[in-house]
Amino acid sequence: MTNKITIEPVTRVEGHGKVTIHLDDNKQVTDAKLHIVEFRGFERFIQGRPFWEVPVTIQRLCGICPVSHHLAAAKAMDIIVGVDKLTPTAEKMRRLMHYGQMFQSHALHFFHLCSPDLLFGFDADVAIRNVIGVAEKFPELAVQGVMMRKYGQEIIKMTAGKKIHGTGAIPGGINKNLSIEERDTLLKELDQQIEWSKGALKIAKDYTVEHLELAKEFANFDSNHLTLIREDGAMDLYHGNLRAIDKDGNKIFDQVNYQGYHEYIAEEVRDWSYMKFPFIKSIGNEDGWYRVGPLARVNACDFIDTPVAEEARKEFMAVTNGKPNNLSLGYHWTRMIELVHSIEKIKELLNDSDLQGEDLVLKGERREEAVGLIEAPRGTLFHHYKVNENDQVTMCNLIVSTTSNNEPMNRAVSGVAKKYLSGVEITEGLLNHVEVAIRAYDPCLSCATHALGRMPLEVKVVDCAGNVLDKKSTN
Amino acid sequence: MSDKIKFSIDDVEIEGEVGQTIMEAADAAGVYIPRLCASKNLTPHGSCRVCTVKVNGRSQAACTQPIAPGIIVENDTDELKGHRRSIVEMLFVEGNHYCMFCEKSGNCELQAVAYRLGIAAPAHEYLFPNRDVDATHPEIFIDRNRCILCGRCVRASKELDNKNVFQFVGRGIEKKVAVNADANLSDTDMAGVDMAASSCPVGAILRKRVGFAIPVGERLYDAKPIGSEIESNRAENK
Repeated sequence: MTNKITIEPVTRVEGHGKVTIHLDDNKQVTDAKLHIVEFRGFERFIQGRPFWEVPVTIQRLCGICPVSHHLAAAKAMDIIVGVDKLTPTAEKMRRLMHYGQMFQSHALHFFHLCSPDLLFGFDADVAIRNVIGVAEKFPELAVQGVMMRKYGQEIIKMTAGKKIHGTGAIPGGINKNLSIEERDTLLKELDQQIEWSKGALKIAKDYTVEHLELAKEFANFDSNHLTLIREDGAMDLYHGNLRAIDKDGNKIFDQVNYQGYHEYIAEEVRDWSYMKFPFIKSIGNEDGWYRVGPLARVNACDFIDTPVAEEARKEFMAVTNGKPNNLSLGYHWTRMIELVHSIEKIKELLNDSDLQGEDLVLKGERREEAVGLIEAPRGTLFHHYKVNENDQVTMCNLIVSTTSNNEPMNRAVSGVAKKYLSGVEITEGLLNHVEVAIRAYDPCLSCATHALGRMPLEVKVVDCAGNVLDKKSTN
Repeated sequence: MSDKIKFSIDDVEIEGEVGQTIMEAADAAGVYIPRLCASKNLTPHGSCRVCTVKVNGRSQAACTQPIAPGIIVENDTDELKGHRRSIVEMLFVEGNHYCMFCEKSGNCELQAVAYRLGIAAPAHEYLFPNRDVDATHPEIFIDRNRCILCGRCVRASKELDNKNVFQFVGRGIEKKVAVNADANLSDTDMAGVDMAASSCPVGAILRKRVGFAIPVGERLYDAKPIGSEIESNRAENK
């Protein structure tokens, strides 16, 4: 007889997903999967819409990192209107918007979503292992999390017009600059934000170093890594070319113009998930899967062009003697390196008078096909469009970051389930280990979700005939 | 003989000119009467009924009803505001209006009137009609999903552009704005500079490739509600 455990929904992640764990008669885990069970139709219903509407419409995929979709689509539409290089004001305003979103998203994940696991332990009492518990026991951290997120959101509002689902980036440029008043408002709080960011980096680093043995046995598996990279090899979260490395850091491809991404990346469909499985074509679908996001970006870049983040990168890489780090729990540390990098970049930009420039939009000769890529908080985000002579979108293909991390998350789930759940009495704390592995990737299942209403956590043990043997619920 | 006509709106005495409609006299006096199909420089149409007021106790469209000496007009009453809300609520669910990503948002009269009337959420079930778009014209985009059948484009084309590009076809729920051509807008003599292209109160007829160029905060109705420009006349008149 086989048993199946379902974790539905997975908690403290963006969006909705579920995990199924299969056990044999000896209570050994035989299989475990993360399912993204909902369906989104954006690639279809954007067809027929005018191209200039796309950056605003397509970002409605998500309420968590809409800026990424807004900017990736706008970058594609720049090419559609024949603009290969924006004005300095437009590019820097967009970058400021992007770093603001990276900052708030990483702060949200670290302080609100994953910190309960790190501060209290994976199997701590569920009554305190949550954001309210953090607020009670570590009130100063909880406040910092809220204030850092607010700061990032204010940047988004000043660059995009609204904190969520703004309209700032338009084909060929931006629709506003940053006023002196707005700049000074942001500068006033900047030093405090930098200090808090360094503090968060220290927490993430200290945790990983102190728990290195745990990290090495927890969802640790080799993988390829993919990221955008600047021409000189520096980390660049807004623009660059594609670089993929293998588990040892050897380059699979480098400085690839992403307009031809489909010659390097393909997507596989599997019948048990609505999410596709991307892979590197030259390696094949079996072994060509890859990680994206903070871990992949820090592993794959040659350096970071801001001093504090670069110092932190060196410390991180030293843990694995300069080779790529394949620890899933390494995501937390690298995410905080990027948090610091983002606030350092924000400082650079706020002191750049180009943000007060008046030259906002360019035009060129219309084109019919374009790809827009950006490094979203969760990883490389692909937007690909075709536009007809009447200005209507005829084709749209999106590969969202979480889709690229689909296979790694499934490997993490499977590995952790087999290690921690086999042959033991299963408790909520043990099941949380599976969720901790997923949370490390900060998945945004919103980009693939369409669920409505209240979603309680419910875990069921079901026999092969479908009979419920045991059931635990948060209700 | 005096050519002034005295009457009242909501107990305030108004002095209008001979030949004015209630709406024209109210506008000049700084009294806002909500409207959608009415537009300056176009012949009144009287079709949307949002401007319905009570004249000596009887419901009349303010955009078509001439003023007369001594009439008592009710405008800003709970009853009439309720009727106006109902009309606008029905318009929202009859078409496919998605303000959140519509490029007209912030400059849209339907949205602005809805805000002014205090409509925060749809009151009825959406009909989700299947309506088409016409993107064939090089300068103008028609999205019938957002059309409220106000007829401004029909009148503007005839009266201001001296053309006859638009026309209503169909009846009842099937009624729609069509173009006077075998197939598409590109087959007509419509030009990008035509007044008909800028007459639409909603996002149904749009100039191409300029959407979202105005940032949030600087759009027509971001700072002040619709009607404020009329009400400022009252302040100036004082």
